[in-house]
Amino acid sequence: MIKVEGLRKSFGGNAVLRGLDLEVPTGAITVIIGRSGGGKSVFLRHLIGLVRPDAGRILVDGVDVAQLGGRPLDDVRRRYGVVFQGGALFDSMTCGENVAFPLREKLRLPRAEITKRVDAALGQVGLEGVETKYPAEVSGGMRKRVAIARALVTEPEIVFFDEPTTGLDPVLVNTIHQLIADLHRRHRFTAVMVSHEIPEIFEIADLVGMLYEGRIVAIGPPAAIQASDNRIVRQFIRGEPEAAQ
Amino acid sequence: MTGSSAAALLRPFDLLGGWAIWLVASLGRFGSFLVEALVAMVSPPFKFGAFVDRINFIGFRSLLIILLTGAFTGMVLGLQIFLTLSRFGSEAFLGPAVALSIIRELGPVLAALMVTGRAGSALTAEIGIMRITEQIDALTVMALSPMRYLVAPSIFAGILTFPLMTSIFDVIGIFGGYLVGVELLGLSPGTYFGEMQSFVDIGDVLLGFWKSISFGIIVTWVCTYKGFHVGHGAEGVARATTQAVVMSSVLILVWDYFLGTVLP
Repeated sequence: MIKVEGLRKSFGGNAVLRGLDLEVPTGAITVIIGRSGGGKSVFLRHLIGLVRPDAGRILVDGVDVAQLGGRPLDDVRRRYGVVFQGGALFDSMTCGENVAFPLREKLRLPRAEITKRVDAALGQVGLEGVETKYPAEVSGGMRKRVAIARALVTEPEIVFFDEPTTGLDPVLVNTIHQLIADLHRRHRFTAVMVSHEIPEIFEIADLVGMLYEGRIVAIGPPAAIQASDNRIVRQFIRGEPEAAQ
Repeated sequence: MTGSSAAALLRPFDLLGGWAIWLVASLGRFGSFLVEALVAMVSPPFKFGAFVDRINFIGFRSLLIILLTGAFTGMVLGLQIFLTLSRFGSEAFLGPAVALSIIRELGPVLAALMVTGRAGSALTAEIGIMRITEQIDALTVMALSPMRYLVAPSIFAGILTFPLMTSIFDVIGIFGGYLVGVELLGLSPGTYFGEMQSFVDIGDVLLGFWKSISFGIIVTWVCTYKGFHVGHGAEGVARATTQAVVMSSVLILVWDYFLGTVLP
């Protein structure tokens, strides 16, 4: 389980996270929603150890990763898979090499095993035959799927998704969401996703948390969030202008 | 004295203190970046593929520009030094004058400046783009050290290729001086090379060698650091690339003067 307690972070006097508390259940898909620029990605970067908080704790199975560095932090990160907003594929490598990279460098598997796993991972995301293409040669949706394949190929326990559908058309948004849901059913990883895809995200989430002004102001199953009488949540999921201010 | 006027009086000291803290912190980051890269360079696992790629990127692909600048530098030196020496009737010293100028100063400095312009700027831009597109973050969250994959191979390649580039520059430059002095202006080949053997010793070659190694470290260190700490977007990459080239070039000239005064 991931437990976040009293997380605070400011950048140059601008408080982005103001005592954020959250519990992420093991094996569930937890989605953090909130307006653009509201600190969702900053929060996710704390979880994966790319940003250190000013205060607060991030407990992963009881270990405070906010206090870790070097090898102990890397040991925790080996349990992670991360899908970045832009995919973050290595543009000097082909799609196949991108997916193979963590297997070769992280797990140091033999070449035959790597080939087998890469083929399987790309097959799972419906991308057979793109192994030799470079990221610049495939579409945005395909790049996202390659990024998902790369994040999942090492069979991580916890997968973080940073707005995995940003910039995609509505059909592709649903395709990627269904893909994540299918992969989750198969592998049962713990997923933490930040997104502002309303209402599509309610289809796949087990738990939805609303981030507003640096805190989680509401959290619950999708149905409960959709029926919430919290003014901020209602305004946000209905897309009313006040919520964006 | 009121509180506000005291604050106004102290304001310059406040600014100076803030600037001093910023400077010390920046130098600390800059220094620890190199230490971290050197540790990654000498500790396993070694990334031989990345080393070879960087040697190709920094060294082999700079060969043409090194050949061109080396040849024309030697030719210009040959012409100008010949014309100067001929005023004193000392044309016989053209060979050592060209060789010493190139081996001790111009070879290491110009080769380093050329490689900075061609490969250093590209290095900063490449790493900068990896930073803003989260590729470096992707490496980090895979528990793989970006220092080991991106920085250490570049610095190692700098240490290896700069002396090689400099020695190629030296040979071509001396040959350029020969072309002008001997083939064009009529000095005898024996005089050109004979006097060179008398005046140029191993100390001169070693000075150029140590300079080129230190320039290799400076250029790759500055350029990778600037790429790593790039600002936002395309503008940030452009600014970092410019800063890397300017800073590398200035440091090359400053360090050249310093080494010239402390080494024999």
